[in-house]
Amino acid sequence: MTAPAIVLVLVFLVAPIAMAAWVSLSDWTGIGSPFASGVHSVGTRNYQALLTQPGLPQQQLGESLRNNLYYVILVVPLQTALALGLALAVTRKRLTGRGFFRTAYYFPSITSSVAVSVIFLYIFASTGVVNGVLSYLGLHGPNWFSDPTGVLQMAYSGLGVTQAPAALANHGFLGLAWWDWLAGPSVAMVAVITLAIWTTSGTFMLIFLPAIYAIPAELEEAAIVDGASGWQRLWRVTLPMLRPTLFLVLTLGLIATWQVFDQIYLMSQGNPAGTTLTPAFLAYQESFGNQQWGQGAAIAFILFAIIAVLTIVQRLLLRDRSAAERSAT
Amino acid sequence: MKRRITIAALTAGVLVSAMACSSSGGFGSGSASPAASGASGASAATPNKTPLTLMFGSSGPAETKAVQAAAAAFTKQSGIPVQVIAASNLTQQVAQGFAGNQPPDVFYLDPGTFQNYAKDGVLDAYAPSLPNASGFAPALKAAFTYQGKFECAPKDASTLALYVNTQDWQQAGLGAPPANWDQLKADAAKLTAGGRTGLVIDQTHSGIDEFLYQNGGTVQDSSGKVTLNSPQNVQALTYLKSLLTAGDMKFPSQLDAGYSGQAFGENKAAMDIIGNWENGALSSDYPKIKFKVYPLPAGPSGVHATLSFTNCWGVPTKSKNAAGALALVKFLTTPQQEMTFANAFGVIPSLQSAQSTYTKTYPQFSAFVQELPYAHPDIAIAGATQALTAFDSALAQLASGNPATILQTAQTNLQALTSGT
Repeated sequence: MTAPAIVLVLVFLVAPIAMAAWVSLSDWTGIGSPFASGVHSVGTRNYQALLTQPGLPQQQLGESLRNNLYYVILVVPLQTALALGLALAVTRKRLTGRGFFRTAYYFPSITSSVAVSVIFLYIFASTGVVNGVLSYLGLHGPNWFSDPTGVLQMAYSGLGVTQAPAALANHGFLGLAWWDWLAGPSVAMVAVITLAIWTTSGTFMLIFLPAIYAIPAELEEAAIVDGASGWQRLWRVTLPMLRPTLFLVLTLGLIATWQVFDQIYLMSQGNPAGTTLTPAFLAYQESFGNQQWGQGAAIAFILFAIIAVLTIVQRLLLRDRSAAERSAT
Repeated sequence: MKRRITIAALTAGVLVSAMACSSSGGFGSGSASPAASGASGASAATPNKTPLTLMFGSSGPAETKAVQAAAAAFTKQSGIPVQVIAASNLTQQVAQGFAGNQPPDVFYLDPGTFQNYAKDGVLDAYAPSLPNASGFAPALKAAFTYQGKFECAPKDASTLALYVNTQDWQQAGLGAPPANWDQLKADAAKLTAGGRTGLVIDQTHSGIDEFLYQNGGTVQDSSGKVTLNSPQNVQALTYLKSLLTAGDMKFPSQLDAGYSGQAFGENKAAMDIIGNWENGALSSDYPKIKFKVYPLPAGPSGVHATLSFTNCWGVPTKSKNAAGALALVKFLTTPQQEMTFANAFGVIPSLQSAQSTYTKTYPQFSAFVQELPYAHPDIAIAGATQALTAFDSALAQLASGNPATILQTAQTNLQALTSGT
């Protein structure tokens, strides 16, 4: 009975992963089968080049992890908050034209990411809509997709810190000085982040919607009878009831944001100055562009490890809190 | 329960043996190929009618049609069917072919990827056996020579030249085209007016390295050692930086253009240093622009230099019809066929005999051919894509960067690749 399922899992899941794991430990050059006789094991050399040996591979991995870290830190909370806000807005009973708004908010999610990315390239062009609006407000907009300046670095220079303190400039991690780790997302990355928040919020709104509808109306009514304000009802009733959905949305968001690829491939290819490089795009570039398949696969596994660890941590955090609350009541 | 486990074990067994089969297949053909290339491959094999695949990256409908027509003419002459595939991402699709042991029989191959494949020994080094082997321009042959062996026939030639918008030029009251760096700087300054910049160049090593050569510098010495961090090169980048900071030169991204040719076509820049692929874009997208093409100005000590770009007709050792593939390449590298391509989509022939025909037919583009004798091939080192991308990223920030640091970083990264193996 289960044979077809096992075959499917083996062929499409276990075998490719095992193969990629082998490639990451081998000197496969992309010619012929990775299991052919000419392919040798190189042990952990590919991982060492990325993690311990100073050099370009390590530095680029460091850059890509920094960029993606800021991307995740900004996109996940903002898209979740926006999705929740939109979901709460369209479930309000007094709202007319609810169907219209629900469709409108969901629209970016069903549009192809290619089309959306190209539109954003125009919106964020130096003479584009965004800069047009900014200049109307008397501000001079940046040249978004060619500006590698970190937004935190801009803030530092606003505070008068234009030069990196020696302690931060001379020490670092993964080939990147701490000063560069603390640079924040570049202006170009901010544009990509905006796009990500805008496109995915609709999808997550759709996940929140049934969960909100599933909250029993009695709870809300009981809270009203108890004299809870709207704000209190949101924090004390609605949000706790949504915790499982919140966990789902946060987990999906975390995984998807660490794997961001298509927007980068289409919009910036890692430019400017490597500030939109992400591990997923770097793995692609190393493999297909540079023919360093072992290193590309190794990057993919490092990314996998990061996502796995973060998901487990997040799960523990959310579960612990709910368990503690339950035991308290 | 017991039965389920047996089935699972069985399926796993089948899967493992299937994987073993495919890998032994890979091994089998892998061990066969060195023997074939050892016997000087293609020419020794017997010709057959096995269909060929020809994969290429197209610049547009004109090129696609021309390549299809050439393949059809070849089929008519030889009786060998050719399947023409216009790849949307050539490097990736060729790589997939090699990984699956089914590379296309003939494909466009750029010099960088050529280095990778030549290092892996998967290319048929057929070039010397071509009847026209000695007729290719030297800079083009150099681009496809690996460890002293000319392996792959260049299909066309491109050099960087100076495009000048004649209307802007006249408005600024300028005379002869700039002959040296000082004049280039002065002309660019005069042409910078009314929101238009004087000069635009691409912000990559492929758009900038010609200045290093013009200043007497080099990118690699004859033994392949990287020589980017020389004082001449620092001086050349410093010159470009001064143009950028003065505002007389801009990079395309500052002008909201994807590449310098777009900025020139939209007349956001009056001069552009770009290759002859720009001609196609100008005639199809910006037909109103009036322009002239001149050889690049010389460096401070009078050195003339430019960069040359080319692709070759790659043939894998593992072709199912190696003789047929070679016949197809022979057909594609005749002077007549190269001129047919030149007429169809504006490429410059790689054969010197066809180049003189080209100059006569298109005197307005003679600058490109005129520059070929002193052209240097764009840098190509196996496994250098990432290092060059990093170099490009640094060059894009030249206006605020330190030329010496940029070159030293690229030197370190590239040198690690050439000495590492």
